[in-house]
Amino acid sequence: MSPERRTAAPHPGQEHYTAPLSETPLKDVDAFDDTSTPRSMWRQAAHSLLRDPVFIVSAILIAFILFVVAFPGVFTSQDPTAGSLANANQDPSGEHPFGTSRQGYDIFSRVIHGTRTSVIVGFFTMIGSTLIGAAIGALAGYVGGWVDEIVSRVVDVFFAIPLILGAIVIGARFQGIDSIWVVILVLSVFGWTNIARITRGAVIGVKSQEFVMASTALGAGRFSNLMRHVLPNALAPIIVTATVNLGVFIVAEATLSFLGVGLPPTVVSWGGDISTARTSLTTHPMQLMYPSIGLAVTVLSFIMLGDAVRDALDPKAKKR
Amino acid sequence: MSREDEKQMSTTTTTAPLLEISDLDITFSTSSGDVNAVRGASLTVYPGQTVAIVGESGSGKSTTAMSIAHLLPKNGRITGGTVRFQGEDITHQRERQIMALRGSEIGLVPQDPMSNLNPLWKVGYQIDEALRANGVKGSKQEIRQRTVQLLEEAGLPDAERRARQYPHEFSGGMRQRALIAMGLAARPSLLIADEPTSALDVTVQQQILDHLDTLTGDLGVAVLLITHDLGLAAERAQHLVVMYKGQIVESGPALEILQKPQHPYTKRLIAAAPSLASRRLSSIHQREEVAEQAQEHAAEDTDGSPAVSENIIEVRNLSKVFQLRGASPFSTTPFTAVDDVSFDLKRGTTTAIVGESGSGKSTVAQMVLKLLEPTSGEIRFDGRDIASIKSAKDILGLRRRMQPIFQNPYGTLDPMYSIFTTIEEPLRIHGIGSKKSRDQKVRELLDHVRLPAAMLRRYPNELSGGQRQRIAIARALALDPEVVVCDEAVSALDVLVQAQVLELLNDLQAELGLSYIFITHDLAVVRQIADATLVMEKGRVVEQGTTDEVFHSPQQEYTQRLLGAIPGGSIPLAGSETISEDGSQEAAPVGRPTGSHRAPAHRADG
Repeated sequence: MSPERRTAAPHPGQEHYTAPLSETPLKDVDAFDDTSTPRSMWRQAAHSLLRDPVFIVSAILIAFILFVVAFPGVFTSQDPTAGSLANANQDPSGEHPFGTSRQGYDIFSRVIHGTRTSVIVGFFTMIGSTLIGAAIGALAGYVGGWVDEIVSRVVDVFFAIPLILGAIVIGARFQGIDSIWVVILVLSVFGWTNIARITRGAVIGVKSQEFVMASTALGAGRFSNLMRHVLPNALAPIIVTATVNLGVFIVAEATLSFLGVGLPPTVVSWGGDISTARTSLTTHPMQLMYPSIGLAVTVLSFIMLGDAVRDALDPKAKKR
Repeated sequence: MSREDEKQMSTTTTTAPLLEISDLDITFSTSSGDVNAVRGASLTVYPGQTVAIVGESGSGKSTTAMSIAHLLPKNGRITGGTVRFQGEDITHQRERQIMALRGSEIGLVPQDPMSNLNPLWKVGYQIDEALRANGVKGSKQEIRQRTVQLLEEAGLPDAERRARQYPHEFSGGMRQRALIAMGLAARPSLLIADEPTSALDVTVQQQILDHLDTLTGDLGVAVLLITHDLGLAAERAQHLVVMYKGQIVESGPALEILQKPQHPYTKRLIAAAPSLASRRLSSIHQREEVAEQAQEHAAEDTDGSPAVSENIIEVRNLSKVFQLRGASPFSTTPFTAVDDVSFDLKRGTTTAIVGESGSGKSTVAQMVLKLLEPTSGEIRFDGRDIASIKSAKDILGLRRRMQPIFQNPYGTLDPMYSIFTTIEEPLRIHGIGSKKSRDQKVRELLDHVRLPAAMLRRYPNELSGGQRQRIAIARALALDPEVVVCDEAVSALDVLVQAQVLELLNDLQAELGLSYIFITHDLAVVRQIADATLVMEKGRVVEQGTTDEVFHSPQQEYTQRLLGAIPGGSIPLAGSETISEDGSQEAAPVGRPTGSHRAPAHRADG
């Protein structure tokens, strides 16, 4: 290295330049910022949820729906199951805001009380199917190997049976047992497959992560790893799917009731009312509209909630 | 650039600059307000010159470069200053005009060769497309001919056949060559290379950069090289620009900056760069002292009982064969990932296993940790064959004495757990202490890794990569292990943070008498931390010995090549003793003239 090379004059604009230290202050390497408040992933998700208009709208709607479920009496004092044919097919009035049905029931009261049925069926079916699906999916994904092969094929078989078709066939078998629990059970038995698939995929993704390996190397057992590390990290997609499923199950229940294989006629439900109103569609179309609107708004709220929760839990999947 | 310009440039030094950035401000709008990613950046590139922007992640180096061709992400925009290209202000030019510049005047070689080729199209077809997009006219055959020529130029042998292959049939280095061919397809006058070789093995990196050097030199293309590696930058560029937190802290002729750094940040960066000469000797001395101390410490621990061997781990004839899916269903083909590996780990010392990707080094680590069963061979931990350890209780006992630290600081901590829970986990699993004593221990551990207690209630997503890696170290130390297996533990970290973590590992070894197995692809780091070194290639050990032996008199050609490929390894630094490398490094470009252009003689035909 000859000295004249080093001192060769640089081009204009390329002279040795050093920024004044006062303008480019040095920070400690890898300094820790302890001014911010600690935030867990859940808290961060909650933080972004509260700024999401989709969440706010759906949350308000769901809060309202739950209020209706809990206190139907606040909205109407009419008995939804008390009707006389003398009052049949009345137009809206002060006493009957939505009018009366062919059987003389107060439609407003039936829409209000029908909410409870739909939401209860949807909620418990969601719980039941999620428990079944998550357990089976986690088993398949975590154990892997031939267990996964067999379980996955079983899931495929159930997946191939349409929810409604399966429920009709099995539901018909239980005709006569007048309970909404039969519908919940039947829907759960056929509705768990997408949860199982989602859980399996999420578990496979999480189990190969380094923190699981680190935990194994620390001496943690396989089962405790599954419960402590793998499942909690696979929870986000399960919650999202379950929320959307809730809406799907409400629709399924309404469909079954509409077809007459769902809830017994003694139970007030939107599906049953839609079915009844169908016969007077040409003369009194609004009788069909009211329960349909109730159904649509409820289902839409839960699907919107699922969407908002997905965006909050998995910001990367968010569409721009 | 016209030929006349070139002539002028070669005769005088008052050529007009090709690219002139002055007082550039770039702002990103994020959900938490505007962020000034780049502030007041100015730099100049002359035709045919190589200029490097050096900085850590988040320094704004890529942002600055990408703004030239208006390739900022959607939420980023230039909020001040000017970008002049070939004398014309292109700061706020319309998309259409910028598009005409892209490719034809400003070429780009992206960072990640794995994701920048479309896997659905043949490589040749993608270069054909690039040529057509840059206005090259001609028949299909003519364009293909040009493509093959370009690939040949980029150093791909058998280019005609290669052009008909899909990206997945290419190795990482070959893909990067294809991307270089694409970047130079339309003979731009400026090539922006954004960390072009960071994803590649060192030997491949060297080949590719050498080739890029010759190629751009012959064509007279100016290169704006973006890199985190100061050694690499100094070796390849005439003019250096050092960026720190969005600002340029120092710029000037490459060697001058390296030898006479003025800004404290540059000084810090040079001191930390593992590949640069200054640290070599001092860190080895430091290491020796540490190792000695640790050995004494270990001897005290064992009360000098004679039965205890000097080696905590002895690995003999270790092999691992994986059965891969074969050509027909139900058939498998054996793949030997690790082939007859033997080594010892002395108590209180560090043995490094070095190799490029696919060398089997991580597989060895996993077998030592008993996370993977060996196909044959023996691993003795403290005199006992670990294959014979079967009962859950004994395995727990083994785990307690041997802990891993993994590579990816973002994957190694459970995002659901607070830092306290993370560090406490091993204590809980092994049922050690009461709640109160565990709390005490966690605080001590945090103190060991030099982190404030305020960190305890945080979650991993709030921490930097280096901080996460410290937490991982604290967790690994919770059970007072004797051996820590570091699998590429510092590879993902920025240089300064890397140096800090290495120092921490060194200190902890001295304080606690730990023994390390240190798996890495980075020979430069090995020199800072290891006592003994094992060089692996394709599953086999090609060279092994003390770190000094391996570095000073490498016996195998492969090791010599690895050592020669360390970027910047041969650059003399002011005020530091440099080790002569037995002439093995003479070929490395040492004294490239600074501030002057490459020999212009080749350029006229470009």
